[in-house]
Parts: sequence; structure tokens; C-alpha cells
Amino acid sequence: MPQGQLTGTRIRERRIMQGLRQAELAQKAGISASYLNLIEHNRRRIGGKLLLSLAEVLNVEPSLLSEGAEAAMIATLGEARAADPDAAPVEETPEAFAGRYPGWAELLTRRHRRVLELERTVEVLNDRLTHDPYLAAALHEVLSTVTAIRSTAGILADTPELEPEWRDRFYRNLNEDAARLADGAQGLVAYLDQGGEAEGGVTSPQEELEAFLNDSRYHIAALERATDAGAAIETLLERASVLQTASGRGFARAHLQRYAQDARDMPLADVLACVHEMGVDPAAVARNFSVSLPRAMQRLADLPSGPINGEGGQELPAIGLVSCDASGTLIFRKPVDGFSLPRFGAACPKWPLFQALSRPMVPLHHLVQQDQRGEASFDAYAVAEPTNTPDFDTPPLFQAHMLIVARTPGQGGGVAAAQVKTAAPVVPVGISCRICPVQDCAPRREPSILSDGF
Amino acid sequence: MGKNVLIIEDEPNIIEAISFILSRDGWDVATHSNGHDAVDVVRSKQPDLLILDVMLPGKSGYDILTELRAEQGTADLPVLMLTARGQNKDRELATRLGASRFMTKPFSNAEVLEALRELVSN
Repeated sequence: MPQGQLTGTRIRERRIMQGLRQAELAQKAGISASYLNLIEHNRRRIGGKLLLSLAEVLNVEPSLLSEGAEAAMIATLGEARAADPDAAPVEETPEAFAGRYPGWAELLTRRHRRVLELERTVEVLNDRLTHDPYLAAALHEVLSTVTAIRSTAGILADTPELEPEWRDRFYRNLNEDAARLADGAQGLVAYLDQGGEAEGGVTSPQEELEAFLNDSRYHIAALERATDAGAAIETLLERASVLQTASGRGFARAHLQRYAQDARDMPLADVLACVHEMGVDPAAVARNFSVSLPRAMQRLADLPSGPINGEGGQELPAIGLVSCDASGTLIFRKPVDGFSLPRFGAACPKWPLFQALSRPMVPLHHLVQQDQRGEASFDAYAVAEPTNTPDFDTPPLFQAHMLIVARTPGQGGGVAAAQVKTAAPVVPVGISCRICPVQDCAPRREPSILSDGF
Repeated sequence: MGKNVLIIEDEPNIIEAISFILSRDGWDVATHSNGHDAVDVVRSKQPDLLILDVMLPGKSGYDILTELRAEQGTADLPVLMLTARGQNKDRELATRLGASRFMTKPFSNAEVLEALRELVSN
């Protein structure tokens, strides 16, 4: 059945739904009633201008009447039917069904798409359940304890003349295990509760670190002038209630040790003076303090927000930082308003961060923008450098870092990022494909959930 | 019966409970609680039957089983695998690697005894 025939049925359906007579619609669209009759019974093909004017009179999207949308819908209807082989057989073809009941067909199509979307979500969650190391360990602990309890209780119940020494011993074990089970179950419930919150709780050591750093807005004043950094770090870790797991504390300790080292090598006042003079320029900081670019970038991201040189001084622009390993996985995130970082999954492949990864050791500087309406643009400085010391026969382990410095044109008194030497064009970038509205994007790896799917 | 069974499991209270019921059932019970040298221990003790936990510190039960099956002396040793995950893929993996029987925690004492009796009578 040629697709063109269906458009007529669709027009007839819409007209009747709106209580229009054939003659009325024909007159409004500027054709004869008999011609409309032929169209409605799919005896004349229709397209172009006439389709547009009929759509206008009927007050529907022309695409709803036209073939493209129909083809997409019919394909989806076919899929929906194939997805449920156990359903009672239907005589009508998807084409006939869509032609006769366009409203219902559209509803079914949308429901089917929603089902696919939810199936995908379930898959992702299921994946998480299987691969979440904390959850796996916690469940294992609970099941092991339950096993011990069951076995011990079985002995106590089923052994008629149990010697007192054994009995006491098993009672003690039972008591111990019951306490352990209670702890384990509570921990598990707390963990699942957090994960279930709409905002998403802290679920991985890396997220614990981020929550911890977020509380201090990534600036650790206690480490800026600490005489005994080791002790200061332990105090900070003890006080941080957000650090709940040993690995979370481990991540935080490593970050704080790095922070303390950087604070020693690049004293706060000197860095601020450098920024005051040169702007937020990682290269200038690296030169000034003879450190690597990644260290300079990390240090700039440690700076406190606010005026640079005391009260009423120039404001430091918002500075974010993101790092990834050689797999492109984000391993450090300091968010900045106006430039979103994906919470889960991979980021936008157009970020200079990833270009840096494919051009190791080459510092890159681009003006980037996520908001396509051009509200906020950022200077992105990226570089990939090896994290291990060079050695023969050992491949270098690269990590890439991208400093994201807010640019607020027209806002007086702000310290600019180091100026782009030539008038570089703004590079439009996204967050993550799934939630990116940009169309016709060559590096796109999966469709966006924001486009309506047609 | 007087048969030797070796239990490799890292949870002390499970070891204690299982050892107790097995020795009451007439088994000579030996225990070991880490994965590192588990294969050596099996080699030296030469048990008639092995109860092997999957999650062990040092080396997983699957790896231990693989090594045991590759060795002539232990290729046919009856092995009862214990796991806290009853998923099909775990069961499949255990069977493929040559586990004689697979048991999911938490099990009852009677189940363990029955499984052991079945394994030695085969």
C-alpha cells in the first residue's frame, strides 16, 4: 500500500473529528468539494502547498498528515507489535490502523517509545546494581552473616545434648553475628536510601570526595598556611561526615596531600598576585612557580572565590576544573556555573579536554560555550601529560585536565582570563549526548532524549 | 565414615558452625581461611572432599578451582562451591570450571550434610 494513500484517510479523520463538512473544508482550502472527496478516499495524491493549506485549516502540523511522520509512526507500530509476540494477533496492518485511528496510533507510538526509554533506564540501573562494588560487598557481608546465624541457630535448635561449652560458644557467636547483621542491614538501608533520593545521594568514593570538596567550595583554608599539613589533613578528614567509606577518605586524603604540597610550592598570596597581574593564565602560573601545567591548573582551581586583592578588589572569575584518564572517564570535577559536567556517563567529545588527550603535551586554549543562546562563554585551557615518571619499556599514563574560566564580558572590574591572542571563534560544545539538543553533530554517539524522536 | 573434608572459607563463625555439624556427622574436618595458599593446603592435606567459598581474601574460589582442576592429583576431587550470589552466571561459571556442586548462602545445615553425602556416594 503506497504511503500517499494514507494521507487522505488522515485528512478525512481529522476533518470529521473537528465536525467540519467536506464542503466547508474544501472551500477554506480553496478546492472543490469533489476534489477533496477524491483526496480523502485516497484516489488523488496530495502534497506540497495543498497539504500545507489543509493542515492549516485543520490546525494540525503538516507533518502529522504527511508521509514522513507516518512512515516513522508505522515503523514504530511495527516494532511495538514485534516486541510483544504473545499478544493476540491483529488482522489490520499498522498502515491501516494508523490510517484509521491516527490519534490512537500516535498514542501507542509514544507509549512504545516511552517503554523503550524505561527499559534502557532499568538496564542502566541494573548494571549499576551488578557493578556497584560497595553494594556487592555490603550484600556479601549481610549474606555471609545470615549464613553463619542460620547455621549456628540450626545447631542450637537441632542438637539435643549439646555440651555447655559448645552451647555458650554458639550463643556468643550468634550474638556477635546478630549485631553484625544489624550494622550491615542499617548501612545497606542508609546507602539505598541515599541512592533513591531524587538529587542522588553520595554513591561512590569519587562522589564522596566531590561532596566533601563542595562543602568547602574547593578551597581548603586550613591547608593554606598549615605548619603541620599532615595533622591538619587528618583533622579535616575526621570532621568530614560526608566521607563515609574508607575509599572515600582515601581519595580525600590524596587530594588534600596534593593540595598541601601545591599550597607550599605556590603560596596563595603569590598566586593571587600573579593572577592580578597576568589574569587567570595557567601558563603564567606554571612559569612563575616552575611547576607543570596540570599543577598550575589545579592550583588555580583551589583559589577562593571573591576579590583577589582584599576588600573591593577585582573579583576572581568562576573557575572550574575537570580531569580525565586515558579512557576519557572523568576522574575529577569541579563544577562551574554555566558549564555543566555530566554526573554519570561520558561527556561531550567536543570538549578541548579530549582533544588534549589526542594531542598529548600540547597545551590547548579555546573559547567554548555550552549555552547555544550565547549567554556564557568560557576560556578552556586543556593539556594532557603523563602521570608516571618516564621510563623505558613503560608506557606513559596520560591524564588530561581542562581549566574552565568564566568570561563575563561587559562586567567591569573582573579579572579576565588570559586573552586569546587572535580573535578565536567560540566553539559550541555540549554536556553529554543524551541531554544535548545540538543537531547535526558529527561526533554525536547516541540520540538525544531532548529531541522528540521524529 | 572417617572421611576428610577441607573447608576453605573466610568467615570464622561459618567455619565454626560447619566444622561442628560435619564432625558430629563423622567427618574429619580441616579448615583454612584465605585464598593465597589455598591450593598448597589442598595439595598437602589431600582431603576426600573440599568445601570452597567463592569470595576469599587473596584469591577467588574460581581461580582456586581452576588450578585444582588443572592438577592431576585434584582433577577429580569433589568440590562443593559456596557463594553469596545465586545468579545464573555464577552458577554457570562454577559448573564450567568444574565444580561438583554449587550452594547459595544462606543454606541450612541439613542441605550441607545432604550435599556432602551425595558427593561422596557418587
